[in-house]
Amino acid sequence: MSGDFWFDALLGVLLLVLALATIQARQLAAAVMLYVVFGLMLALAWARLGAADLALAEAAIGAGLTGALLFSALARQPKSITPPVRAGKMAPLAALMLCISMGTVLGWTLWQLPLQPAHSQLPAALEQLGSSGTEHLVTAVLLNFRAWDTLLELLVLLLALLGTRLVAAPEPAALQHWPLARQWSIRLLPLLVLVAFFVLWRGATAPGGAFQAGALLAAALVVLRLNGQLPMLSFGAWWVRALILAGVLAFLLAGLLSLWLNWQPEQAVQWLSWPLPLAKGLILLIELCATLAIGLTLTLLVVGERKELTA
Amino acid sequence: MMAWLGGVLLMLGLLFFLAGSFGVLRFPDVFSRLHAVTKADTLGLGFIVLGLGVLQQDWQRFLLMLLIWGLVMLSGTISCQLLGQYGRDQTRDHEESAE
Amino acid sequence: MLMAMAAAILLTVLLGLWRVWRGPDLVNRLLAIQLLGSGGVAILLLLSQALAQPALLEVALIIALLAAVVPAAFVQRLKQEQRK
Repeated sequence: MSGDFWFDALLGVLLLVLALATIQARQLAAAVMLYVVFGLMLALAWARLGAADLALAEAAIGAGLTGALLFSALARQPKSITPPVRAGKMAPLAALMLCISMGTVLGWTLWQLPLQPAHSQLPAALEQLGSSGTEHLVTAVLLNFRAWDTLLELLVLLLALLGTRLVAAPEPAALQHWPLARQWSIRLLPLLVLVAFFVLWRGATAPGGAFQAGALLAAALVVLRLNGQLPMLSFGAWWVRALILAGVLAFLLAGLLSLWLNWQPEQAVQWLSWPLPLAKGLILLIELCATLAIGLTLTLLVVGERKELTA
Repeated sequence: MMAWLGGVLLMLGLLFFLAGSFGVLRFPDVFSRLHAVTKADTLGLGFIVLGLGVLQQDWQRFLLMLLIWGLVMLSGTISCQLLGQYGRDQTRDHEESAE
Repeated sequence: MLMAMAAAILLTVLLGLWRVWRGPDLVNRLLAIQLLGSGGVAILLLLSQALAQPALLEVALIIALLAAVVPAAFVQRLKQEQRK
């Protein structure tokens, strides 16, 4: 029974216990906090598996920002922290049946997967790493080999923001002036911005990337806004809209540019495959725009207000 | 020799972490629990940073770990202060509404 | 040995969790989250050494930064609630 085993066993049990506790918590606020802890433990699980990019993203977005988002949503409820409403008598039975059937299907599906994939595309991808524009395999996969997925992720984030703008949520109460919190957020701001851009820059050679950097920027902006040090980010302002769209736009423009440059009359059209000399620059530009877009989108998701629509 | 010293430092860190957790569990009051969290845990983390620094002898990573420790210390302090102020306001409100 | 140490700290984190579950009000839960933040940073430092992945130190840095930011955001929202 080595230390490895004990760590893995304990982490696995902890994750399961946390998931159950989150669902069973009697107060919504307690459930939100247990969920934040769950995100943190999940980040530890990714770290244990050696996936540093995933651990970065999970810690920044899953634990930190999602916690702030859920708590913000809680704070906007008309009656603040109420216990969840219990449905009728048949509902638990129906839910149990659903869980058992889904669990069976998932278990059966997992059992079918071979532990060692028969033909993995990873060795071929590793060989192409030199021509992808970055030295880090995860970034190369995200922004070159599977760039389509990343574009769609940015689109999903944009749609989520537009969706929340359509929901009529009550406004949170007026902000308070808390000198200690204000001083602290001012001190933190340069550090957060610095680390954000450091993480973005490092994405080319080591774990890092646009999503993690964007989440850090969003954290800085959210805290500033909550302390009343940032004016309301009005959706009507042109620069807000421009930045939110920047990520998707940069991707699309880069895709069109590479389509035009790679155009050869008799060959099949290749969407989002960067021409070799431009690959590094394009990836950096896309990541920069994506970072700003993700940062502002996440901020608006947490502290966005509908007041400006009536102005 | 270095490995032995590193091991001792790590053990001390673990001890302080355990002390912090027991404090959070067993102290009677929210304010004393705040003490347990911010002081004991930060000290435990400091010992772990020292132990790892002794074990690995790479001064760049050691500096980064010291930075992380300083950040945790600062954030613990400020969070403790903020939570303490909030807790004090809450108890004051409860006492006022009970009168 | 390092992994055993990480497992032990995970155990202390588990102990702190009880306070998140039980703590009669939100302040208790928030301070337990602070404990988990420092514990998580400690575990990541140990893992970074044990698995020889220097990138995990950056994860620890991010958690330390967010542990500075998230409780402040929570408490600010709590104070807004107090106002209501």
